[in-house]
Amino acid sequence: MTIISAEGERPNAYTIVETADEAKSASKPLVPLALASEIEVPAIPYGLLVPNDAPVDEIAQHFSSVDLIAVTFPAFADGRGFSLAKRLRREGFEGTLRASGPLIADQFADALACGFDEVDLPDTMANRQPVQQWLEMKDSMTVHYQTGFGEGQSILQQRLAARKEAAQ
Amino acid sequence: MYRYDEFDERFVRERVDQFRTQIARRLDGSLSEDEFKPLRLKNGLYLQLHAYMLRIAVPYGTMSGRQLRQLAKIAREYDKGYGHFTTRQNLQFNWPKLKDIPAILDLLADVEMHAIQTSGNCIRNTTADQFSGVAADESEDPRPTAELLRQWSSQHPEFVWLPRKFKIAVTGAEHDRAAIKVHDIGLKLKRNEAGEPGYEISVGGGLGRTPMIGKVIREFLPKDELLAYVEAIMRVYNAEGRRDNKFKARVKILVHETGAEEFTRRVEDEYAKLDGPTINAPQEEIERIAAYFAAPDYEDLPAESVTLDSARREDAGLDRFVEQNGFAHKQPGYIAFTVSLKPVGGVPGDMSADQMDAFADIAEKYSLGELRVTHSQNLVLPYVKKDDVPALYTELKAHGLATANAGLVTDIIACPGLDYCALATAKSIPIAQEIAKTFADDARQKEIGELPIKISGCINACGHHHVGAIGILGLEKGGRENYQITIGGDATEHASLGERLGPGIDGEDVPGAIEAIVETYLGEKQGSESFIETVRRVGADPFKTRFASFVEERSKALEAAE
Repeated sequence: MTIISAEGERPNAYTIVETADEAKSASKPLVPLALASEIEVPAIPYGLLVPNDAPVDEIAQHFSSVDLIAVTFPAFADGRGFSLAKRLRREGFEGTLRASGPLIADQFADALACGFDEVDLPDTMANRQPVQQWLEMKDSMTVHYQTGFGEGQSILQQRLAARKEAAQ
Repeated sequence: MYRYDEFDERFVRERVDQFRTQIARRLDGSLSEDEFKPLRLKNGLYLQLHAYMLRIAVPYGTMSGRQLRQLAKIAREYDKGYGHFTTRQNLQFNWPKLKDIPAILDLLADVEMHAIQTSGNCIRNTTADQFSGVAADESEDPRPTAELLRQWSSQHPEFVWLPRKFKIAVTGAEHDRAAIKVHDIGLKLKRNEAGEPGYEISVGGGLGRTPMIGKVIREFLPKDELLAYVEAIMRVYNAEGRRDNKFKARVKILVHETGAEEFTRRVEDEYAKLDGPTINAPQEEIERIAAYFAAPDYEDLPAESVTLDSARREDAGLDRFVEQNGFAHKQPGYIAFTVSLKPVGGVPGDMSADQMDAFADIAEKYSLGELRVTHSQNLVLPYVKKDDVPALYTELKAHGLATANAGLVTDIIACPGLDYCALATAKSIPIAQEIAKTFADDARQKEIGELPIKISGCINACGHHHVGAIGILGLEKGGRENYQITIGGDATEHASLGERLGPGIDGEDVPGAIEAIVETYLGEKQGSESFIETVRRVGADPFKTRFASFVEERSKALEAAE
């Protein structure tokens, strides 16, 4: 796997676990949502692996004990993860939000704008679309219309600011 | 009309460069064919039966003469000298080469145009009443809403990977010319009891394999809350719309399977949670956009034109053209015209580069430089002075653009069908041409009156056959093209889906079948009833009976021939 953030490749600290024992022994377990509800959670902040159709309320119960949520993308064209990310941020999750699956570099800016911090890419994909390409595609558009997405101001906000400045 | 500011300009230019990069990354193997496909579709580029097809957005069907002239240039230099207007008020070029696409997109950007989201599983070009801003029966102009939605939906970070395509239409008139009830979202501008502006919102209409009439999920939404509410609808759809079967992936299926009431509850629930004020456009922005659509500086003219009235008395062709294609204008002394792209024997919606150039000149000379594209594949001149009509008519006639058949039996909507489309199961353009030839006589057309015929060459219903007063669906049956006929479809505020008359028939029998249906109508008609009004009153039965005997006669004739 290759982890790509807006700043470039970053190391991965989390290991996917499948049983309660694995969850106990891993230094930084990434626990599937179904398992997390059943086992005694590790004392340390852990990671939560959630399917893209998981109910937000169910995920939110774990907010206080997780520092990372990885949302799975079964296919790049399955956009449910974008809406889930948006909702998780709205519910107050402030840890790391990871998009996990065969995304393409062309979706990087959108993933970040919806609240993801990083993408966990299968190596086969990372070989075809190296990190550099992700960073380039991220910056291929410098303007967006939608307010409330991404860090910079939307076009609508920039227009409003320009108008106010002109009025002064 | 709307003009780009520096931000719109930068957005479209960057999108062209981005697409250039995407093509290069496909060629160097960074993107697989499966990955590239949705990226090219989201930029309007299809792979058709014989070649690539580029679909260019004409936002809510509004265009300037300058833009049309640029399309003529592209048609001439990069295509086969013509373009095709679609039922989504867009324009398609059927023969561009992949390597030329970035250059074409540059030329489009030069005149504030693009091909963004004219295809793919995203929010498509928002459509509106073609007579927006000029219709006498309009209460509020839908174009500012459509433009706001165009901007908001362009490369929306969350909603470009939807389960399926998503179409929005807006109307602000009593008579719905934008077919809002057969759209994923239909917006009707209205005022509440306190007189405040807002929208009635329908969701889940659509055609295709499973035609549905949209359900009203909000009787009144205050105007300034639009974007947040649409975002709530889109989020529910994006999260819950079916992705297991592309034929069940449209929002209409979600609404149907969930139930309109429960779907509404989920949307309202989402709407209650999101932070509306941070999403909605500020009032200043709504006003900025609306200012572009302010009424032009009309001349103060008498309601009736002596010049036009006397010219009509002398020229029967002009008189007929005004009667059939003229449209009541809200401004005294002015008139709007439908310019038919359905000459008898022609391809519905096709326009040659020479005609585009000529029409651009005509729009500049007679219609304040503006034209519209209609969802029935015709054009509109919105701002014509009645005094100018005789001269306008002469010029239109010189370019083969004065066919007086707006709304008549020869004004047929047809999808590209088997002549172009990779999905088609049957021809549709040649069927339209044969029907038009059968009813070519002007007096006969006039006698029949308003009769919208719509033809689709496959079950996906791009020709909107479900909402044709007469609908024709071409399928493949046992290696032969086979056509099913429906009647009673309607895309207006009386939206209804057509009812099948009987078994499918051969393509060569379609014109005869239409004649039989028309005869039945003329026999049943009372007073000045239109075809659809008669069908609504008497029901489909008399038509079914006549159709059945037509089918029987034909099969007897075939047996006799063998």
